[in-house]
Amino acid sequence: MSSVLLDNWELFRIGFLTTIKLFLVAGALSLVLGTLLAACRVSSLPALRAVGTGYVNTMRSTPLVLVFAFLVFAAPKMGVELPSFFWAAIAALTAYTSAFICEVVRSGINTVPAGQAEAARSVGMTFLQVLGIVVLPQAFRAIMPPLTSTAIALLKNTTIAAGFSVVEAGSIPAAMAERGENQMVTLFWITVGFLILILPLMLAQRWAERRAAVPA
Amino acid sequence: MKIRNLSIAGALAVILVATGCGKEGTPGGSAAGACGPPAPLPVANGINLADSPTFARIRGRGHVVVGVKADQPGLAYKDASGNRCGFDVEIARLMSAGLGFDPGSIEYKEIPSANREAAIQAGEVDYYVGSYTINDKRKEQISFAGPYIIAGQSLLVRKDEKDITGKDTLKGKKVCSATGTTSIQRVRDMGLTEPGNIVEFKTGSECVSQLLDGKVDTNTTDDAILKGYAAASPDELKLVGETFSEEKYGIGLALSDKPLREAMNDVLAKAGADGTWQKLYDSTLGKSGIPAVPPAPERY
Repeated sequence: MSSVLLDNWELFRIGFLTTIKLFLVAGALSLVLGTLLAACRVSSLPALRAVGTGYVNTMRSTPLVLVFAFLVFAAPKMGVELPSFFWAAIAALTAYTSAFICEVVRSGINTVPAGQAEAARSVGMTFLQVLGIVVLPQAFRAIMPPLTSTAIALLKNTTIAAGFSVVEAGSIPAAMAERGENQMVTLFWITVGFLILILPLMLAQRWAERRAAVPA
Repeated sequence: MKIRNLSIAGALAVILVATGCGKEGTPGGSAAGACGPPAPLPVANGINLADSPTFARIRGRGHVVVGVKADQPGLAYKDASGNRCGFDVEIARLMSAGLGFDPGSIEYKEIPSANREAAIQAGEVDYYVGSYTINDKRKEQISFAGPYIIAGQSLLVRKDEKDITGKDTLKGKKVCSATGTTSIQRVRDMGLTEPGNIVEFKTGSECVSQLLDGKVDTNTTDDAILKGYAAASPDELKLVGETFSEEKYGIGLALSDKPLREAMNDVLAKAGADGTWQKLYDSTLGKSGIPAVPPAPERY
């Protein structure tokens, strides 16, 4: 059982390393873009609200594989060339995940009573100040659990990149099948790998929840 | 407002489907065309493999269930109207006829490479014919009749390609293969091109489409697979260089079923001797213009 892992260690190491890179870069970018989109969706400008809503509705209803296929196969034909398949994958994952993060952040914003924003506004704060100093810090406390779920979903979604020329954990089964290795054992070790990656996310959630908790 | 947004989303999704997904089917669909009628094969009489559990299962059912691939023109291909053709398909039909079951009644199941062993072990298919290289690791899980053809890693390029003449001329060239294939692992391990020039897509057909579009410079995998693409687009594609590996394709079947394996090897040996094998090859992969001879089955 362990020989399947040890004999092919390089394959697993390189695969999971790329998975981690995809996750961290796409995760950070999605968090930024998702929060910006949420700001658009709650802004008082109808144009910004329309952009935010349109984006979220489009991306949330498009299968991730199609987002990948569009960026890798169709975009170059329209003259949009991404620097590498890795960055095409980052773009696809970010475009998709930020739509979900936007909705998570927006639902967090809605948990903050309107009176908070009104009070902040009445002491002369700008829209961005109200959002950045008063509303978002309170909102992020409420969204830790769903945000972690979205992060875990992103981590697993990275495996789609294997079909679009990024060698990551999702491409291990194909390579192992070609080497004639047992597929069940291969999948077992990939599962273990993902559990190991998800563990810190769960711990981070617990830590953040405890830190942000309102003392009783 | 809501409705309009939804319709925009819908329209975009349609565009995505049209541009992204339509692409995938293009190379096989347009280039390989429709399958012709299969070669007539005499059905054997009075075959009885008393000790073969697979044979008992086939007889109970009345027809064989074969695992195949479907996206390799010339080798294992399913056309738009559902007909199958190609050298692997002909071998699958030859086996069915040799065991005494009408090849017209074969039930085909498309099994991707990664699931082959599992499908054979679970009895989901009676045997598997689909660019299945015989190797020792696989022999621990299943067994092989054959080989029925000896393939080797080769290179497919555009007809006007001048620079690529063999495996040592790949430096600086974009090399494409299906995700994780032995072929692309070999290119990476031997450092035949820079890591940044290695491109892997889910299926080999996507690589062919990228090659025709000029996005990559060559496709690499077993010559048996590449010959099929060359035969489908003889004016646009060609194979170059010597093969640089040896892949013996076998028929995968249950590990313990030695009687069936022996019977299949007998059928293969006979087809090799009486010219049937040659006829099947010439009508499929042979259309690429590259000749081949039947290998002797390896009995074990």
